[in-house]
Amino acid sequence: MLWMILIPLVAAPAAPWLVRRLGRHVGPLLALVPIGVGLALAIHLPMEPGTWRLEVLPWVPELGIHLAFRLDGLSITFGLLISGIGALVLTYAGGYMGDDPRLGRLCGLLLMFLAAMLGVVFSDDLFVLFVFWELTSIASWLLIGFKHEQAEARDSARMALLVTGAGGLALLAGLVLLTAAAAGSGIPLDRATRISALAGVGLSGHPLFTPSLVLIVVGAFSKSAQMPLHFWLPRAMTAPTPVSAYLHSATMVKAGVYLLARLNPVLGDSGLWHVLLTLTGAATMLVAAVMAAGQSDLKRILAYTTVSVLGTLTMLIGVGTDLAIKAAVVYLVAHACYKAALFMIAGSIEHATGTRDVRRLGGLGRAMPVTAASGLLAALSMAGAPPLFGFIGKELLLKAKLDLEYLGVVLALTAGLANVFLIAMALVVAVRPFLASRTVAAPDAHEAPPAMLAGPLVLAAAGLFVGLVPGVFDAALGSAMASAIGGRTIIMKLKLWHGLDPAALTALLISAVTLALGFAVFLRFRAGLSRLAGRFARLGRHGPARAYERLYGGLMDLAAAVTRATQNGSLRRYTRLVLLALVATCVYPLSRAVPLESVGPVEWGWHEAAVAILALVGAVTAVLSRSRLSAIAMVGITGILIAVLFALFSAPDLAITQIMVEALTVILLVLIFHRLPAFSHLRTTAARLGDAATAAAAGAVMSLMVLVAVAAPLPATVSAQMARLSVPQAKGRNVVNVILVDFRALDTLGETTVVAVAGLGVYALVKLSRRARGEGGKP
Amino acid sequence: MLVALPILIPLIAACAGLAAAGSRPLRRAFALLGAGGLLVAAMVLFARVWTRGTQVLHVGGWPAPVGITLVADPLSALMVLTAAVLNAAVTVYALGDIDARRQRHGYFSFIHVMLGGVCGAFLTGDLFNLYVWFEVMLISSFVLMVLGGGRPQLEAGTKYVTLSLMSSALFLSGVGILSGIAHTLHMADLAGRLAVAAVERPWPATCAATLLMLAFGIKAAVFPLHFWLPDSYHVTPPAITAVFAALLTKTGVYALIRVFGLVLPPSPYLFGLLAAIAAATMLMGVLGAVAQIHVRRILNVHIVSQIGYMVMGVALLGAPDPATRRLAIAAALFYVVHNMVVKTNLLLVSGAIRAMTGTELLAGLGGLATRAPLTACIFLVSALSLAGLPPSSGFWAKLGIIQAGFEARAWLLTLTALGVGLLTLLSMLKIWNEVFWKPAPADGPVIALSPRRRMLLLSPAAALTVLSVLIGLYPAPLLKAARRAADGLLDRPAYMAAVGLDAGGTPRGEPAGETGP
Repeated sequence: MLWMILIPLVAAPAAPWLVRRLGRHVGPLLALVPIGVGLALAIHLPMEPGTWRLEVLPWVPELGIHLAFRLDGLSITFGLLISGIGALVLTYAGGYMGDDPRLGRLCGLLLMFLAAMLGVVFSDDLFVLFVFWELTSIASWLLIGFKHEQAEARDSARMALLVTGAGGLALLAGLVLLTAAAAGSGIPLDRATRISALAGVGLSGHPLFTPSLVLIVVGAFSKSAQMPLHFWLPRAMTAPTPVSAYLHSATMVKAGVYLLARLNPVLGDSGLWHVLLTLTGAATMLVAAVMAAGQSDLKRILAYTTVSVLGTLTMLIGVGTDLAIKAAVVYLVAHACYKAALFMIAGSIEHATGTRDVRRLGGLGRAMPVTAASGLLAALSMAGAPPLFGFIGKELLLKAKLDLEYLGVVLALTAGLANVFLIAMALVVAVRPFLASRTVAAPDAHEAPPAMLAGPLVLAAAGLFVGLVPGVFDAALGSAMASAIGGRTIIMKLKLWHGLDPAALTALLISAVTLALGFAVFLRFRAGLSRLAGRFARLGRHGPARAYERLYGGLMDLAAAVTRATQNGSLRRYTRLVLLALVATCVYPLSRAVPLESVGPVEWGWHEAAVAILALVGAVTAVLSRSRLSAIAMVGITGILIAVLFALFSAPDLAITQIMVEALTVILLVLIFHRLPAFSHLRTTAARLGDAATAAAAGAVMSLMVLVAVAAPLPATVSAQMARLSVPQAKGRNVVNVILVDFRALDTLGETTVVAVAGLGVYALVKLSRRARGEGGKP
Repeated sequence: MLVALPILIPLIAACAGLAAAGSRPLRRAFALLGAGGLLVAAMVLFARVWTRGTQVLHVGGWPAPVGITLVADPLSALMVLTAAVLNAAVTVYALGDIDARRQRHGYFSFIHVMLGGVCGAFLTGDLFNLYVWFEVMLISSFVLMVLGGGRPQLEAGTKYVTLSLMSSALFLSGVGILSGIAHTLHMADLAGRLAVAAVERPWPATCAATLLMLAFGIKAAVFPLHFWLPDSYHVTPPAITAVFAALLTKTGVYALIRVFGLVLPPSPYLFGLLAAIAAATMLMGVLGAVAQIHVRRILNVHIVSQIGYMVMGVALLGAPDPATRRLAIAAALFYVVHNMVVKTNLLLVSGAIRAMTGTELLAGLGGLATRAPLTACIFLVSALSLAGLPPSSGFWAKLGIIQAGFEARAWLLTLTALGVGLLTLLSMLKIWNEVFWKPAPADGPVIALSPRRRMLLLSPAAALTVLSVLIGLYPAPLLKAARRAADGLLDRPAYMAAVGLDAGGTPRGEPAGETGP
């Protein structure tokens, strides 16, 4: 199965090259790739419900992750949709882009997306799925920002990537927790990441189960544009229309729904799952349907109706009864077909007239008869009118709701209400531009080229065909898909006419009423539109999109404020912060470590005392000094006196390093300082006192540290060993000398290197800066 | 001898380069020879360690703990190899980026000395010797920073060297206290003796450990000790920034991992502190990056944020379960290697952008997606990798850290790591939108690169991108290496046995020269 993903992935970078060589007609040629994939999948038809084929290749055995792919009713259905619509979209893109040189890039990205999406639906391993999941987000981002000269496209793309990226992070966390829960429930590592192994195990007792469920659901919601994470999808309509048709209606946005369907057998035995999915789905379904009516851009209307349908699907998976799952199966497939067709039609209309504003469109039926016919069919399917596939989906949906014990009527009415708006919008999008009286736009509208007709026509015809002979679908795939979602065998027998049982009649009645109401809303559309639009524009100001903007802006402000506050370029402040960090972190361990009882009188040699006092005087003079040069000199004196102290306490190697570094520091400081303006006293007394306090605290900490060091409990074996080895083996009587040149010769090598580099550095610095000054050259 | 080669080859190459500084072809040849030789030595060393286990060189033939021991355990070998690979890439880049003046004044020699210091720090088994190598790194990197520069470079250098010297002072104090407690500087010996001492009195060692944590924290640029980095890294030529980003902060992280993993007795106080530091570093680093308007500064400040993830691995050493500790260190090491590759690469790309446009300010850039599609691709893959998106190395790095964090039940820290991932993406999108997607400003200069220069600038970046993607597609080898490195680090008795010490710290027999277990 891996090759089905690899071939489009390999074809993707070849696409731009092919387009350069062969021009716009390369679309159908590239379409052969998904067609091949589709045919390879079709071999497995009809699928027996409840069966699957598994293919496992080792990948990251250390983490128990394998390239495990699964073919069952669910993945094959999605695979066929992805490859079939992919082929049509690639063909369509050739016509849509015309001779635009970016066609190659578009086709390449579409193929890359196709591969990633196939990977999502074939994966049986949670993390493999996640890898492909993120790839679809990246492809979507690149495609939304395809026309990247426009600021709007860039912003929309960023928004989409950030929202789906945040969802991706939630999903990743959820998956990690889920595998941890599985491993904690005794499932071996090798199988803890495998969806097929986790199905029906019943992990809900594990404490990590609930957080993992919530995180996974959030991830799925962000991808499938569920409220309140839906706002990126309408914005994504800045992408070229083939992209909208493919990614943002038929396939990618369904990845979230796919994930929910796929994990239903794993997570579905929890009440939280049902509540979250049903309520969020229902809310999304209704709100998005109403919001669709507030739009006037063809693609945005379609985008909101897509959100509404995604809500419906989420809700159906959440309900989870046999009927609901059947409804979800039919609804999903029907929607993929008609919505992709409608998007392509919207693109054709824009192509022909140069506008997507429904208020300016009308009377195109005569000029574009084929497009109009397919539009009509697709719209009827969307409206759920018999005898199209969408009708069967809607009937099942209503029956599934009415079948429920709790909330059934409420959910059914909600669905009915949402449906009224969907019907009205179907008519607005696909009937009005063709049938309404001729308006300003499109005096020279023309039928779309054949490449752009194939897609809508095929998809609309498919909706009609399956609607007339639904048995073909349920026998070949439907039952298998429903069984895969349910995690149990569910046999579908789809019919256009359900006979005269009361439930079917009720559903039919609601259906008829919604059709009538929908038509009524459509008729009043012109009047209602502007008012609704205005109202929703106001609503939108407080919606989640606004929250996103706020969050984004706030983050930028916060970042700027934090940077201003901490990174202000003042070395004095940096030094102070380091010292404060020293004090803050050391106080507690010191308070536990200092052996106060062991601090006794200290015996001083006069030379030690002299050196110490001199060093102290140097340090104090440096602090009080008013001239840079004397301050540097005093610091240097202190350093060298400390080196003398090292030497006195038998650490000459340390002393040498100290002297060298000290000398270098002084030289460099002098070099730097003589370029700087004269000493200025900008500090207030308070600042000086603060600095003094910091310095005193840091000094106190270091002094206490010394006390800790001298209270040594362990015997000094190493120095004894050194003394023992010095004469017989190292042939040296001066142990310190032997340490320097023999025992620890490597230190000496390093220190010599430091000195050499310092010397060379100063040399180069002086020479280069002199030359730079002489030549007036720039660095 | 093999163990010492990664130190000796760069030092010899540095001398050769200085001797031949007057001749352009010769110094360039030595630059490549040094980088190539180091790479070969690192690969051979890694292979040897992989097949035969930890390699040890008792310098001067003096047994531990009297003499200094160079120890190439899997961790050291992995770090040396990564450093060598990146150095090779940046050296090729530098041939096209560094101006003749700097080259004439020993640019490559200073780089080589720095590499010698870095490899010495990775390989030494002696705490004071580690300090010496840190000083070697510090002085050579300081010279590199100010070499051939003007006043901004000197100012940046002053900040860098001042704060670095504070780090040195703290390091030295910490070493002093430890040797006061245990009377030894040898890491394995220290580990054994401190473990004994800590049973009755844990706090003196904790005091010293706090100082070491601060010292390495300054080196590694963790919050709130990172200020030198954003103020100094962007004033140098991009090649220097790239090599600094690859090696300097990561050596600090290595020291944290080595000292807290091997030498110091566990301290809940410090692990808690490190966890807080890790979270703050991740967050403040990325916020600082988002606020910048200069391509290289965004990338530089971002180094800080990524260091937080690595420190998080060290902080998770506080987990009670040894398996979790292994997981955490392995994840941190994977992260270190991944980040060294990707961050260096991004800086190389930013250098290429500067070479093509003459500016690094976002406002003056644009249109490179169409003008330079290859550069755009390289940047994109690395940027997404940095943000932890598959299929590149960054994904596995992030996954490992998150798994370890959840495994250790460090919820808040792990959630911070996740959230910061999103902010990282945001900061990368900022560069991408402004530099690549936005139309080029009307008056923006277009500098055409000669094919040869283009080759020198872009081929290392392309190679590193391929490396990152290869790690992403086939992470098993690096995962395995990181796990072995973590095992080797945390298995204290095995390390002590390898350098010839009993668990109690007494030498076993008279070792001579190189031995393999």
